Amino acid sequence: MSSTWSLRSQSLKTSFLRCAFSLALAASVVVPGVRAASAADGGTLVIASTQVPRHFNGAVQSGVATALPSTQIFASPLRYDENWNPKPYLAKSWEVAPDGLSVTLHLVDNAVFHDGKPVTSEDVAFSIMTIKKNHPFQSMLAPVEKVDTPDKLTAIIRLKHPHPALLLAMSPALMPILPKHVYDDGQDIKSHPANLKPVGSGPYRLTEYKQGEFYTLEKFDKFFIPGRPKLDKIVVKLVSDSKAAMVSLERGDVNALPFISNVRDIARLEKMPNVVVTDKGYAGVGPINWLAFNTKKKPLDDVRVRQAIAYAANREFIVGKLMGGKPKVATSPIAPGSPLDEPGVEMYKLDLAKSQKLLDEAGYTKKPDGSRMTLTIDYIPGDEEQQRNVAEYLRSQLKQVGINLEVRAAPDFPTWAQRISNYDFDLTMDVVFNWGDPVIGVNRTYLTSNIHKGVIWSNTQQYSNPKVDELLKAAAEETSPEKRKALYSEFQKIVVSDVPIYYVNATPYRNVFSKGLSGLPTTIWGMMSPLDELYWETPPKT
Amino acid sequence: MNLALHLLRQVANAIGLLLAVLVLNFCLIHAAPGDPAMVIAGEMGGASADVMAALRVKYGLDKSLIEQLITYIGKVATGDFGYSYYFNEPVLGLIVQRIPATLYLVLSALAISVLIGTLLGVISARKPNGLFSQSVTVLSLAGYAAPVFWTGLMLLLLFGSVWPILPVTGMTDVARPTTGFAHLLDVLQHLVLPATTLALVYIAQYSRLARVNMIDALTADYVRTARAKGLPEIIVIGKHALRNTLIPIVTVAGLQFGHLFAGAVLVETVFSWPGMGRLVFDSILRRDYPTLLAVLFFSAVLVMAANILTDLVYRLVDPRIRSGAR
Repeated sequence: MSSTWSLRSQSLKTSFLRCAFSLALAASVVVPGVRAASAADGGTLVIASTQVPRHFNGAVQSGVATALPSTQIFASPLRYDENWNPKPYLAKSWEVAPDGLSVTLHLVDNAVFHDGKPVTSEDVAFSIMTIKKNHPFQSMLAPVEKVDTPDKLTAIIRLKHPHPALLLAMSPALMPILPKHVYDDGQDIKSHPANLKPVGSGPYRLTEYKQGEFYTLEKFDKFFIPGRPKLDKIVVKLVSDSKAAMVSLERGDVNALPFISNVRDIARLEKMPNVVVTDKGYAGVGPINWLAFNTKKKPLDDVRVRQAIAYAANREFIVGKLMGGKPKVATSPIAPGSPLDEPGVEMYKLDLAKSQKLLDEAGYTKKPDGSRMTLTIDYIPGDEEQQRNVAEYLRSQLKQVGINLEVRAAPDFPTWAQRISNYDFDLTMDVVFNWGDPVIGVNRTYLTSNIHKGVIWSNTQQYSNPKVDELLKAAAEETSPEKRKALYSEFQKIVVSDVPIYYVNATPYRNVFSKGLSGLPTTIWGMMSPLDELYWETPPKT
Repeated sequence: MNLALHLLRQVANAIGLLLAVLVLNFCLIHAAPGDPAMVIAGEMGGASADVMAALRVKYGLDKSLIEQLITYIGKVATGDFGYSYYFNEPVLGLIVQRIPATLYLVLSALAISVLIGTLLGVISARKPNGLFSQSVTVLSLAGYAAPVFWTGLMLLLLFGSVWPILPVTGMTDVARPTTGFAHLLDVLQHLVLPATTLALVYIAQYSRLARVNMIDALTADYVRTARAKGLPEIIVIGKHALRNTLIPIVTVAGLQFGHLFAGAVLVETVFSWPGMGRLVFDSILRRDYPTLLAVLFFSAVLVMAANILTDLVYRLVDPRIRSGAR
């Protein structure tokens, strides 16, 4: 009895000692956070991201989590610069037919997939039809009828009607070119095993994926652009907490943070000595933070009530004070930074008198207690600064014109999405992405044909205006850039005066890098395009 | 009572309880608003009604809840936990990958809190009203009262930013993969902060428990006898008094295994520790039913196993239970 006990206490003691020793050891062995890279060595870049990819195939999965790795692994017909100009990528040149009914791509002759097989027009045709069938952005390639392949390096995309959005749809984030010989085996592409072990023709190969922890991309030696990529390795560390990611960046364990949007975090990062913060790289995404109205529900079915709320909301205060002036203001359905953004719309500058007048005209006069109506406001949980704080602020702001707002919290995204998509709301904060061309990311919010109950980020405002439907249809097929811009300008003016949505700001996304990196991704797609020009100009110190 | 028979009864109880856990969790998660199709549509930035309907058919969500439950339990009985809606991989594989990380974290935290807590309690007991004892009480209560994620963030700032000596995200240095002993060191370094965070919450309980029991033990007859025999103080405390002090500690440690799992969810999230806690949290947000149910199921298995083990250790440590005396 006592002997067993002494054994036990002995083992307790040893385990205690062992534990104490390991802890002491762990605390004393401090590995420096960064390593030196010689000029000959392209070095390693560590990115920390909160976005966990379902898989790596951007042809069947939209969203930033997949786009970041997918654009490193797969090449696409075109890529874009900072000024929205298409640039050659897998296609060295392209022509749009005068009637706008076909686009011809001439492929480079030296592109190969990571398994050594050449990239041909067959792969391009296969990828385009796969994306058309499976990608969630159905409007992106809807007019594509077929892709002809007269020879190995020529692909002709045939269209039902002119489709200018096609050029942006050929961006890396939206049109990864898949190897037909891997995917065309009869398996369901959405759950194809190759999605987790992808073979592309992009600058980096996926060499390791540790579920929920990190994935490693290594330089592809046979990448078709000579001298690129410049880095040897990119490791994307999947983190669950952005504060911890920032501390890791400060320590030098991490060299890049994409998708940072919290203005306090941005301010803190801007003060760090070894860090570069850039707001370039999100023009293509075009994320707009907005207040949406249920336009079919009384009293919000009256445009005057919506306008009254817009005149009372005070966008300048929200962006300038609540968000510390970091974001750009958004005033229309098309994100600031897009060449199609129309500045000449109604700005709804703060005007409480006008707001009160509109409410009186609409028949919602003040009761003895000073209130006119009670409404609810929802918001997407998880982003306090862009969503909850604005909702809370609007509650106090709208009280001034006699509107009582009750803020309804949702425990998580699916709960909020369930409410909004089933029209169980009065007002809600929301954030929606443009995705480059209005046909891809804007139309869905305003077209009458896209009112689908139960589908989030369809036209959940149930806004319906035949003139708007007509303008969007015409603009989608208009091949003259000037005329197209004019159509979108008119569309924006109408929607802004109808106020199905009150636009607040562009989400202040930033990309953050360690100092010493050169060739930063500042194009319209930023980190969702190949990082083949990025390199360590000044290798990090050890 | 025969030990084997007792153990058998314990295991039978556990199986019944596990079935209840399965059904309860199944009903709870399905009662939450929204479903995986909604989440997937959200991630996609919207999807057509057809796509959402197809998703629901694919995952069997178009059937009645009872049908879904029966199908699910039938599959679990054959060891099939299904595919993760999010990762499109068998759930079992996902969990097998994650269990070790959580066990490292939970067991280290348990060891740290039991050892340090007991040690502090035992030292405090010798002068219950002394400065040391009072400080331990105040500090450990502060650790107990502070929200675990707040403690985590504070430690993260302190040792990651102000005094940057420890890594704060993940389990290994992903840029420089290591093997063998270097790998062990790497993991240990990454483990220090999360394990300490989780341990700080529990140190208070063990130190108070140890203190009270030690004070009792030090005034007991057998300790007086031991002292009268002229044994050195270290033997009196270490061998005679500590033994009775440890019995309640073992019990509480076993019972706390479940609590630690709950704490691990938050700690893993703060420190991006790739364990089951993070998977639970993420799976709830993603409405990834198969993954969530399986993680909760295996957590329950681990907790029950810990309880059965505690019971066994308890019987070995305390002869009164073994002989059936009460």
